[in-house]
Amino acid sequence: MTRNTTADRPDGQAPGAVTDAVTCAGLAYSFGGMRAVDGLDLSVGAGEVFGLLGPNGAGKTTAIRCITTLLPVPAGMVRVFGHDAAVDRMAVRRLLGYVPQQLSADAALTGRENVALFARVFDVPRRERAARVAQALAAVDLADAADRLANTYSGGMVRRLELAQALVSAPRLLILDEPTIGLDPIARTGVWEHINAVRAATGMTVLVTTHYMDEADQYCDRVGLMHRGRIRALGTPAELRRGLGERRRAQGGAATDALPTLEDVFRDVAGSGLDDTSGDFRDVRSTRRTAHRVG
Amino acid sequence: MSEAPAAPPTASADPGGAVGIGLLLRPPQPRAGWRLLPARVVAMCAVELQKLRHDRTELYTRAIQPALWLLIFGQTFTRIRAIPTGGIPYIDFMAPGIIAQSAMFIAIFYGIQIIWERDAGVLNKLLVTPTPRSALVTGKAFAAGVKSLIQALVVIVIAALLGVALTWNPLRLLGVAAAVVLGSAFFSCLSMTIAGIVLSRDRLMGIGQAITMPLFFGSNALYPVAVMPGWLQAVSRANPLSYQVDALRGLLLGTPAHLAADFAVLVVAAALGITAASGLLGRLAR
Repeated sequence: MTRNTTADRPDGQAPGAVTDAVTCAGLAYSFGGMRAVDGLDLSVGAGEVFGLLGPNGAGKTTAIRCITTLLPVPAGMVRVFGHDAAVDRMAVRRLLGYVPQQLSADAALTGRENVALFARVFDVPRRERAARVAQALAAVDLADAADRLANTYSGGMVRRLELAQALVSAPRLLILDEPTIGLDPIARTGVWEHINAVRAATGMTVLVTTHYMDEADQYCDRVGLMHRGRIRALGTPAELRRGLGERRRAQGGAATDALPTLEDVFRDVAGSGLDDTSGDFRDVRSTRRTAHRVG
Repeated sequence: MSEAPAAPPTASADPGGAVGIGLLLRPPQPRAGWRLLPARVVAMCAVELQKLRHDRTELYTRAIQPALWLLIFGQTFTRIRAIPTGGIPYIDFMAPGIIAQSAMFIAIFYGIQIIWERDAGVLNKLLVTPTPRSALVTGKAFAAGVKSLIQALVVIVIAALLGVALTWNPLRLLGVAAAVVLGSAFFSCLSMTIAGIVLSRDRLMGIGQAITMPLFFGSNALYPVAVMPGWLQAVSRANPLSYQVDALRGLLLGTPAHLAADFAVLVVAAALGITAASGLLGRLAR
């Protein structure tokens, strides 16, 4: 699904040139001796919903943290709408809305106060702050719960609140790290529906990591399958599934007419040993903790 | 409804769902360089005040200790007259020290909040906003100052109820507020600096417990510097709490103080604290 990106944003810089929302080239990042990201090449077009897929420990979160300027860029290059993430950090941050993996709303504040904080730190002028906060809350269906403390919210509501926090600054790139982790299926669908509705209304680019292959299949325009710090396969979900189907047929495999799932594609590119490497103790613990907090 | 409404509905006045998302299409205008820092400080202080409005438990429970110090220690030592105070009742002498101590206790455990925010992802999210690390730390430092200031108000009221002869001169009280905020800014940055080094709540808790009492006893909060042994005088001279207490005592009681030097030390200490904590904040983001 290629999308004509030049028409999306009349205010995009560099007239004539199509600027990708995110470009990574040869990005590498190590924790101690462990190469979490190992030569990542990635380009996310403006206006698309791009899914970065992979098991725990594949390097998705580290890559996201380099793109969001949370981590330095020790090797390689990262650009967000043309701005170098290692140099022009403030310019990059102004373009970003970020929802981290943990439930990061402040439970001691109301929903409205949580969103207002982000309106303030993104320099929304006071005269339009209240209206903008109200619009962000309404966009995620939290208008009625806005004045309740966030510690009374359900997991799905907290995720939507975080979405409102990210949306209040009108970001051009929304980055979501495992937005549906630990949520029940209904809440997962709800979160995705709100992401899609906002994307449709604003034309923003969405970069999302997930290890739920079914979600990526359903909601992402393009996906990159990440394993051991690198993208191992790239394309639309349909392309990837069709590609594997054709390869299997060419190899004279059994007459399985069923189209392979993204998970099959993943097992194919990652090879064997996948189950042993998927996430170290710390990853699993933090995932469990998030899931626990979502309840 | 076929007729036009009497008044055109405004976007913000519409209570039912249809608020629109027009404003969410336009990124806000960035603030100019020098206006960024005060704006971030205001944002962080606003959050602290909102939290206090929702839950005042901490304010009340934290008032118990200073009340006990003033009630028991203060009243007893006023009777014993063991400590030379320059002619004022001992409880008056120690009241500014207790105000400084209760403010310091709040500030020194502020780093725990930073670690909690880090574990919860709140800190990461703030670091991905157009907020330089130094501005975030400064904002947090002053937010701790605001929290301490409200605590100090409670202790001042308790002291006044116990008959301590405090000033009600508004200019002097403004000076008191400045001294409390600056001192808390320093101690909260000390706490955030340690947080950036140890990176865990438990360790910070232990270190916080270990340093608060030495800071308190190694200051002029409970007794004048003149009665200390030489080595303790040296500790007291290097201890920002002593300068804060000296300023508070001078302002609240009118005793002789070195206000210019006190405020100079507090400002420099706060600035150094902000620099150190900002430098280590990156470790918490990792």
